[in-house]
Formats: sequence, structure tokens, C-alpha cells
Amino acid sequence: MTNIAPELPPVGLRVPEGGELGQAQPSWRLAMREFAENKLAVAGLAALVFFVLFCYLGPLVYHGSLASDLNSTNLPPGPGHPLGTDNQGFDVLAELMVGGQAALEIGFLSALIGIVIGVVWGAVSGFAGGLLDGFLMRIVDVLLSIPFLFVVLILAVRYGATVLGLSIVIGIFTWQVPARLVRGEVLTLRVRDFVSAARTAGSGQFRIMTRHLVPNSLGVVIVTATFSVADAILAVATLGFLGFGLQYPTFDWGDMLNNGISYLQDGYWWQVYPVGICIIVVVLACNVLGDALRDALDVRLRRR
Amino acid sequence: MTAYLVRRTATAIVVLFGVSIFIFFMLHLIYPTPAIDVLGSHANRFSINQWNRQHGFDAPWLQQYLHYVGQLLQGNLGYSYKLNQSVAALFQERWLRSAYLAGITLFLSVVIAIPMGIYQAVRRNKLSDSVLTTGAFVTYAMPDFFLYLLAIQLFAITIPIFSYEAPQTTSMISIITDWRAMTLPIVCLTLLELAGYSRYQRSAAIETLAEDYIKTARAKGLPERLVLYRHLLRNASLPMITLVGLSIPVLLAGNLICEAVFNYPGLGLLFYDSLGAADYPVLLAYTLVGAALTIAGNLIADIGLTVADPRIRLV
Repeated sequence: MTNIAPELPPVGLRVPEGGELGQAQPSWRLAMREFAENKLAVAGLAALVFFVLFCYLGPLVYHGSLASDLNSTNLPPGPGHPLGTDNQGFDVLAELMVGGQAALEIGFLSALIGIVIGVVWGAVSGFAGGLLDGFLMRIVDVLLSIPFLFVVLILAVRYGATVLGLSIVIGIFTWQVPARLVRGEVLTLRVRDFVSAARTAGSGQFRIMTRHLVPNSLGVVIVTATFSVADAILAVATLGFLGFGLQYPTFDWGDMLNNGISYLQDGYWWQVYPVGICIIVVVLACNVLGDALRDALDVRLRRR
Repeated sequence: MTAYLVRRTATAIVVLFGVSIFIFFMLHLIYPTPAIDVLGSHANRFSINQWNRQHGFDAPWLQQYLHYVGQLLQGNLGYSYKLNQSVAALFQERWLRSAYLAGITLFLSVVIAIPMGIYQAVRRNKLSDSVLTTGAFVTYAMPDFFLYLLAIQLFAITIPIFSYEAPQTTSMISIITDWRAMTLPIVCLTLLELAGYSRYQRSAAIETLAEDYIKTARAKGLPERLVLYRHLLRNASLPMITLVGLSIPVLLAGNLICEAVFNYPGLGLLFYDSLGAADYPVLLAYTLVGAALTIAGNLIADIGLTVADPRIRLV
């Protein structure tokens, strides 16, 4: 977007008549304000918080049956079972709560792994430059070229799927994008004056990287991380739907869908649509959050 | 520009070798030898070792890797001991069907995304834009299989217009002309791809609309229709080149989930069946082909963009 009037004072700055300019607001606060004004973003954040509470505090409040009860299989929503039961007698609402735990855990854990490896990789690569940079980035290219769903499926078939295992495998294919972004940011930042100043003041390379370069690159990384959470949740759901995801006794949204679709033609809609809607809402919330964070980051960058 | 092309192609080849190392490493880790598949699950260690020695599976890793690459360069993608066929033959049976499905959805989604994105940019923040953007957003967040399930439930079961299954024939002519069975897969895939493309196209069109030459054209008195068609269309379509290049891997690697849900006998369904049978040579050859196509797609996208956009020619 073209900057229409760069000479106007930034938003949030009150300019008293005929006097000194007041304290400039820190850029993070401007970003927060921009974020809060975006109704959709706030709704997305609220939805995510709701789902975290739903999945972790829900089971403490709602004691649905998660034991196999073959007397009450495929019951429609009704008294005792707000969302009915599935083909093994599990209460669908309880399954949704506990299954969401696995989805959220894998989502956040894989995004975390992705950030940690990506930031370190990108910072080292950008700061070092030369042959090491080229080598590290070729490895990034190699991993980016490999279709991630296929590898996850193959590994799930061979070794079985666990929460930790899936998080690690998904994390291994998530760190490349943050690595590239951080490298780009580091390349841009390391020629700036504050880095030369730090070097003149006697900071070593490690200190410059950790104290100056990495914190300034974290903005884009956070944006990518939210999208990574969404992608990871979708991947786990897809894995479960195809039948190769987390199995009983771990509950998982994808697994619920896999069981439920066999009964769609019998009209047991409560085994399929609630799960689907949960997945859509969580992924949508993450995407909306990511977009809003990206816009808020733009605001902050504009004030640099 | 030639220097850039040469450099870029060299990088692509290096990355391809890196991918082959990764795939070989995975193959060796997961499926070191097909001896058990050939000799049977009750074979004793002695016969397994003897078979390995006879067929070169006890050689050092580097030697096995070089042999693997040699075979790849000759077009031998491996052998499926469970289906008793070479992987290349399996692919050859099915690649055309996958290519047709992916090709037609790519064509349709590009042809719809470009005008739709421009329309959204022109009518920015009005009702039509909001509706389309929200629709794209929700479709983007939806797991693929959920859309397929909804489509099957609505249009094949509740209102039986289309068939719930893709055509099962092997004749390409029958597949192309069978609109009852092919409509749902094609429409669903197109919608999913459209969701991604239209967002890019919309933001690219919005950026282009703010450019000076558009203002100049309008100030000159050019009718809006010509402004859009002659100036906006070409410049805003540049990101589509990158997107199309990046979508090429999907073309032949098969739309795994779509083919599995609709039971369409293409490469994706082959992968899904091999997963169930744990047929690792097929799975890993498939992954290698997918990676190779991704690299090729990236290369085509980069080169295409350099050719199409004179502003970045001086790289």
C-alpha cells in the first residue's frame, strides 16, 4: 500500500498546539491496537481460547462416557448424550474434548519445534554467509521439495502414530519456512547501523545474533507459526481420516471422522459434522489470527 | 539472463540429488531388504543373508546408493514385490488419469481465479467481495476430505444428480465424457484450488490497482473495461505463473485424498492402496517422483516469471 502522507505524525501521537511532541507510543502497542480493532482477529483468538478451554477443562466439567459401551452405540443426540454416541458407545461430545487435546498438542508442539530449529538455522545461515549459508539453504530446499504428506504417511504406516512422533515428524517439515524468513531478516538487519554499533562496542558474534538479530526477526516467525499450527492440525486430521493416524486409546478428531463416515449413509450425522465443524473452526481461527498478526506486523514495520 | 537460468538449473539438479539421498536413506531405514517379501515371512536368517548377498543388499551404503541412482537414471523406479510388477509399469498404467484430473482442475481454477480475483479487487470491501473472500477463507480452512464428503452427501446421496464414485473404466474417452461421475471430483478440487489462488490474485490485483499507470489510463479517459483488460489483467496475473508452477507437482503425483475418497483409479489411489499393503518401494518411488516434480515446478515457475516480467530480468 502506498504511503500517502509520510510527514503526518504516527497514529496515537497527540500533538499539543505549539509545543513539543509527546512521548511516542512503542510500536508494539500500535500493533496491539491495530489487532484489537480487527473484529475478526479478536473473534479468532477468542475461538482458539475457547477450544483450549473446551478440550482441557471440558472433561473436568462434563463426564461423558469414554468407555466402550456396546449397549448404547449409535444413539442420536438426546438425554445423557448431547451429541449422541458413536459405533463403539463412546459419547461424541466427550470424544470431541479429548480428541481435541491431541490435535492442539500436535499443532502447538510441531509449530514450536519448527520455530526453534528454523530460527537457529536461519540465523546461523544468514549471519555466516558464504559456503555455509549456501549449504544450509540447499538442505532447506531439499526438505521443501519433498511432499510432506507422503513422508508423514509412510512413517506413520511403518512406525505407528503417537502424539510425540507425529509432532516431531511434522516439526521436521515445518522449520524450513521460518528458516528462510529468519535468514532473509538477518541478511537485511546485519548491515544496519545498530549492528555495527554493537560490534564497535565489543559484542561478539553470538551476542549480536542472540541479542539483536533474532529478536528483531521474530515478528515474521510468529506469523508463520500460527499458520503452521493450522497446517499441522489439518495434516493430523487428514492422517486420521485416511486411517493411519492416532489409534485408540488415543482419541483424535481424524480418527472420529474415519469411523463416522462409514455411517453417514445411515444418517448418523452427529458422528461426522460436529467433528468437521470443530476442525474447520480451529483452522479458520488460526488462519485469521495469522493474517491479523501479519497486518499488525506491517503496522509495526511501517513505524521503524 | 542466461547466467541466471544456468545457475538456477544447476541448483535444481543439486537439490534433486539431495532429495534422492534423503529418499534412499528413508528406503534403507524402513525397508532395508525385500528378502522377507520374496522368501516368505518364515524364512530363516541364513537364507535371508544368502539372498541379500546374491542381490547386493549387503553392500556398503554408498555402493547401494550409487546403484540406486544408476537404476533411477535408467528409468527403473524400483520393483513392487507385493504386486509383482515394476513400479514404473504401475505408474504408467495410471498416470494419464491423474494427469487428466489434475490438468483440468488446474485449467479451470486458473481460468476462474484470474477474473474472480480482479472482480474482488475492483469491488473491494463491498458485499460481493466480502462474500467471496469469506467463502474462499472457509474453503481454505476446510479439510479437503470434508468438502468431498459434503459434496457426496448433498449432490450424490440426498439429491442424486451425480454419482458418488468416479468412473472406474480405464478408457480415457469414457472418463472424459462421463460427466455424471467426474463432475463432483473436478468441481470440488477446483473449489479447493480456487480458494488459494483467488486470495493471491485478489491481493495482487489490489496492489496493481494502486499503481500510477492505472490512474493515468483512467485520467486519459480510457473506459474502465479497457483499463482492466489491457493494463490490469496482464500485470496482476504474474503471481499466477508462480502458483501454477508450484501446482505442477500435484498434476502427476495424484490428488491423493480426492482419488481415495472418490475411488478414482489414478496414481493417488495407488499410493493409498500401497499404504494399506505397506508396499514401500512403491511409496518411496512415488515420493521421489513427487519431489522431482516439485523441483521441476519451482524451476518452471522461476523461469516463467523471469521471462514474463521484464522488471526482474536483470538478475
